[in-house]
Amino acid sequence: MLEGLLIGLQTALSLQNLLMVIGGCLIGTFIGMLPGLGPMSIIAIMIPVAITMGDPSAALILLAGVYYGAIFGGSTSSILLNAPGVAGTVASSFDGYPMARQGKAGKALTVAAIASFAGGSIGALLLMVFAPALSSVALLFHSAEYFALMVVGLSAIAAFAGTGQVAKALMMTVLGLIMATVGEGALFNLPRFTMGVMDLQSGFGFITLAMAMFALPEALFLVLKPRSAQASGDGEIKDLRISRDEAKAIAPVIGRQSLQGFFIGVLPGAGATIASFLGYAVERNIASKAEQDEFGKGSIKGLAAPESANNAACTGSFVPLLTLGIPGSGTTAILLGALIALNVTPGPRLMVDDPQIFWAVIMSMFIGNLVLLILNLPLIPYIAKVLSIPRNYLIPFILFFTLMGAYIGQNNATELLLLVGFGICATALKFADYPLAPLLIGFILGGMMEDNFARSMQLYDGIAFIWERPMTLGLLVVALVLVVLPSYRARRAKNRAEGVADGD
Amino acid sequence: MALDRWIALILLGICLIYGYAAWFTMDGGLAPFMRRNPIWPSTFPKVLSVMGVVASTIILLGLEKTTAKEAEIDYRRLGDYHLGQALFLLALMVAYALCLRPLGFLLSTSAFLMLGSFILGERKWLVMVPIALIATTVVWYLVQQVLGIYMRPFPGFWGG
Repeated sequence: MLEGLLIGLQTALSLQNLLMVIGGCLIGTFIGMLPGLGPMSIIAIMIPVAITMGDPSAALILLAGVYYGAIFGGSTSSILLNAPGVAGTVASSFDGYPMARQGKAGKALTVAAIASFAGGSIGALLLMVFAPALSSVALLFHSAEYFALMVVGLSAIAAFAGTGQVAKALMMTVLGLIMATVGEGALFNLPRFTMGVMDLQSGFGFITLAMAMFALPEALFLVLKPRSAQASGDGEIKDLRISRDEAKAIAPVIGRQSLQGFFIGVLPGAGATIASFLGYAVERNIASKAEQDEFGKGSIKGLAAPESANNAACTGSFVPLLTLGIPGSGTTAILLGALIALNVTPGPRLMVDDPQIFWAVIMSMFIGNLVLLILNLPLIPYIAKVLSIPRNYLIPFILFFTLMGAYIGQNNATELLLLVGFGICATALKFADYPLAPLLIGFILGGMMEDNFARSMQLYDGIAFIWERPMTLGLLVVALVLVVLPSYRARRAKNRAEGVADGD
Repeated sequence: MALDRWIALILLGICLIYGYAAWFTMDGGLAPFMRRNPIWPSTFPKVLSVMGVVASTIILLGLEKTTAKEAEIDYRRLGDYHLGQALFLLALMVAYALCLRPLGFLLSTSAFLMLGSFILGERKWLVMVPIALIATTVVWYLVQQVLGIYMRPFPGFWGG
């Protein structure tokens, strides 16, 4: 492990990769701040750049930096404008915005920055411990288990989709899997479902689909309904210091929520959003009576909890990606797609075959969190100015980068028409409240899933692998329970609050 | 019928067509030696089509209880939003896709950026034009010179 750490440190500290971390964090913070643009859109737009760089470590470092930078930046607009840029930071506005309205915006931003820093760093530390352990277990897995694991992952994503949304999430996953079967599979060398169209021979482009699913609908929503964001107070951000007592009060919160957030992030389907809401709820429940009344009115504990939880969860979501090669969220699915395009297959072999990538990413997370802390504490009043970029200029640029991303990837103008077409479909789906992330996850996992399924079918000459391998059977049962249980429970608790899972 | 159920109906149709192709037409062209294989190219699609039909039927019939929640945009009142702007921007994107090759990158992109902000209601040409031109040149330089991806800068008849 020490050797790995040193390799990672060496790679991460190279000038190019340092620039990547800083650049990624900056871009993430800036765009994460803009209300309405989530990390998935930004990462989708950044992918062509990352892929053309050609160096997988640098690409992953850049994209990971953009990811946690966006979560970091999202909290700024939550606090200052009550307009969260990212779903994962909605909970931060519960207490952050009241604090800003009381004229304590500076203090709120400091608490958020420190909590995010601690959450991200503790998360990276846990990632360092758990990822190698999990990947040594994962080396025992056969293709049958891999197939079953992917089924579990996909059904968990559907199961966490929220009340009354399970069937929709399932439908979107299946649609993603169906789209993945279009084109020529590696296994059969036979074009399938191309309807004789030559352009479909190689299947749908993953970048085009990612852009069409996230960046384009979000931009169109911004056009349709301009967010009315009002700055709190006089917009002046001052007095960034927190007192010793306040530091003492939030320290245990940060510790607990970093741990909890990380483990929630590891679960497929439960990302930064769920972690932050759950973190907020847990801290409110265990706080003393006097402190409980503070929650929602500007409690620093209520701000620190979701902030550390969402950053830790965002790091935690790298565990299944790096050790199993199975993304648990839309964002990590996009990262997986980028890695595959760079000819790196994440999974248990990653640590053995490309240790420099694995460790460099983890090391870069520490550096990135430090960069974000430095960036956020003194510079935040200036960075917050980005919130005043007029939307008349912003939206054409977002659309342009979306188009450019799809064009650079394929160098084909037909791809742009496909992008617009899929984008319109995705917007319609978004209107009808269909979750879009499962579609992309299904699309990316589809090929791998079918390969593993086919391999186990061939090894066992039929579907006997399901009952002859107890672990596969166990995993498939878990998957079934995951899908059936929430709809059963939803029937019993109809009046429960609406689901909150989307957007990461 | 609500929009989500209309969409479920469309998806059901897609799944049925897909399923028909997988169950009945795909195996026809299969080579005889591949028939001995336990898995055919159509096996996985067959499973998917069944799952898709089941899931879309559940949504279509409303078997799963949904809690009505306030959507960010109510599609029933689309006219209340800036629908015209959104449609114009989509048309502009299509036009951009068609013009990118024939007109070259620099011309089509700067036109796209200017018209985009024009559609959104910007009228300060003195700000718009320089921003569009500078941004276009910078992006072209980055893509062409730094990333090394060829993009024709000028219209085709100009050469290049």
